[in-house]
Amino acid sequence: MSVLVNKNSKIIVQGFTGSEGTFHAGQMIEYGTNVVGGVTPGKGGQMHLDKPVFNTVAEAVEKAGADTSIIFVPPAFAADAIMEAADAGIKVIITITEGIPVADMIKAFDYIKNRDCRLIGPNCPGVITPEEAKVGIMPGFVFKKGNVGIVSKSGTLTYEAADQVVKQGLGITTAIGIGGDPIIGTTTKEAVEMLINDPETEAVVMIGEIGGQLEADAANWYKQSGSKKPIIGFIAGETAPAGRTMGHAGAIVGGSDDTAQAKKKIMRECGIHVVDSPAEIGKKVAEVLS
Amino acid sequence: MNLHEYQGKEILSHFGVRIQRGIVAKSAQDAVTAAKQLHAETGTSWYVVKAQVHAGGRGKGGGVKLAKSLQEVETIAGQIIGMNLITPQTSAEGKKVHQVLIAEDVYYPGESETAEFYMSVLLNRARGRNMIMYSTEGGMDIEHVAETTPHLIFTEEVDPSVGLMPFQARRIAFNLGLSGNAFKEMTKFVTSLYKAYVKSDASLFEINPVLKTSDNKIMAVDAKVTIDDNAMFRHQDYVNLRDLREENPIEVEAGALGLNYVDLDGNVGCMVNGAGLAMATMDLIKQAGGEPANFLDVGGTADAARVEAAFKIILKDPNVKAILINIFGGIVRCDRVAQGVIDAYKNIGDIKVPIIVRLQGTNADVAKELLDNSGLAVLSATEFKEAADKVHSVLA
Repeated sequence: MSVLVNKNSKIIVQGFTGSEGTFHAGQMIEYGTNVVGGVTPGKGGQMHLDKPVFNTVAEAVEKAGADTSIIFVPPAFAADAIMEAADAGIKVIITITEGIPVADMIKAFDYIKNRDCRLIGPNCPGVITPEEAKVGIMPGFVFKKGNVGIVSKSGTLTYEAADQVVKQGLGITTAIGIGGDPIIGTTTKEAVEMLINDPETEAVVMIGEIGGQLEADAANWYKQSGSKKPIIGFIAGETAPAGRTMGHAGAIVGGSDDTAQAKKKIMRECGIHVVDSPAEIGKKVAEVLS
Repeated sequence: MNLHEYQGKEILSHFGVRIQRGIVAKSAQDAVTAAKQLHAETGTSWYVVKAQVHAGGRGKGGGVKLAKSLQEVETIAGQIIGMNLITPQTSAEGKKVHQVLIAEDVYYPGESETAEFYMSVLLNRARGRNMIMYSTEGGMDIEHVAETTPHLIFTEEVDPSVGLMPFQARRIAFNLGLSGNAFKEMTKFVTSLYKAYVKSDASLFEINPVLKTSDNKIMAVDAKVTIDDNAMFRHQDYVNLRDLREENPIEVEAGALGLNYVDLDGNVGCMVNGAGLAMATMDLIKQAGGEPANFLDVGGTADAARVEAAFKIILKDPNVKAILINIFGGIVRCDRVAQGVIDAYKNIGDIKVPIIVRLQGTNADVAKELLDNSGLAVLSATEFKEAADKVHSVLA
């Protein structure tokens, strides 16, 4: 088992023929991911990376049976791409694009709310189920198969955590990069819940950062769930000054309850194994699972 | 992008929001001309001289003053322009004032008492929707109101599929205790304000105070406006509203080079790929006994040119005693990054601070060998913990 994506996922790439889309689709195919085609309006009927190109997502669903999409469309058009995927019946929409205007995301978020789909991102590294499907921009070789789930707002910090876990002789069920924007489709709590409910996942690594309430919400849910599956947590940005955006649009301390310190306190109170050093994530996982 | 009060008010006014009118001036002489023009247009004979800097609490620092004559306008404007304005939101050195807004006096006596309210429009992150936050307690620090009298702060969430509805505007006006003409004016004010927020792709409007004048008009006396940087592509007309003098010059330079850099007060510079890892690296520096001198995300392509640019930016800070480079090579190979570090190091020539380079991921071993054999004073590491220990040792 795993969550969100596996070897049977039928994946299309929106923004397939652009430079980002081409590069990463190539990497995904090389990894063994089941990419069934891509979408670039106006280029339908062509072949790209030996896969069919469709004009619309609906066509890709109809002709290639696509159920999962990864979006590399530029920021100005990305919200539209998300809504097109949802309208066409795509079940898992993974949006890599960084820099989508907030106003566009408010619309897209509202649009998909009552549709049967799950949005991951935007501004995220994607999702990987090792040895089955890499639907993202992460370096595949870092992620070995195993029983630890990862949820993170950040790209390279996810790779760092996965690397540390693997070096402890453990592996990953699914790693979910939820993204660092103020509005994201899947919250920390939702991603953690999926992994806690996954029978193969024995522990969850939850990596957050300053800004917003997502980690606190996840921690409170975990406590109430009564789950015995351990969560290992880290929050980046203890040294970040208030009121400054630290790279990710959502990473900004607004008040006293969205600092790293405040988040870690709530997480500890809810029974999460919190590490203060980002160098100790893997060690802690091994310790908790031993 | 943050705007000055006068720029924010121009945007509000453009969308039909009533504002306290004013004219911006760069010198005491300009200020008098502005005041005369304002007198002709509005009939005001008292004027408010307001420092235009990107910081709140300007009144507390002496940056907002009432002038009761043209003579006083000249004197006060002369005092404020050029001063280093220190407010609770600036650094200890304050911010240099380059221009003032000469604004009409809107607190004139009349048929009723004036009243000040607070109103802001912003994103409710948890709900993924915009909201209007407002309070009867205007003209003061809203954080203070939130702490002492939270029941006096109201919010109105906007459903994106329909926008702000008339009943919501009425509810706001009722909650603010208004009636008669002031009530009607407030519903109009709120409606235009929300329209302005959406049309300008703002990420924050904070109007404090919103004033009910003695003749029952509702207007924005101040305006803090932030525009969503990601939406600037559809607002080319706003591009020249950016005032680079208000920003940290090193951050401006880094931004022009495509580096995401935030200047901090510490002694250890860092260069990292990815925002989350960059924040984690800053935390690690602190735990190793240093203080981060900056946040710097070099992005996905950490090639020689970018590494060199990042080096030069970090070295501009005289407080930097050591530099930690932390790159997790995924798509970008570590040996390429290592070569970039070596080339940049040689190009710059005299780097006098110790450099710790931690490269992990694709070809990390090759990269470490490259660095170790380069003959440069570079300490290499592959594990995160190892890097921290090396930072600790060079600071000791």
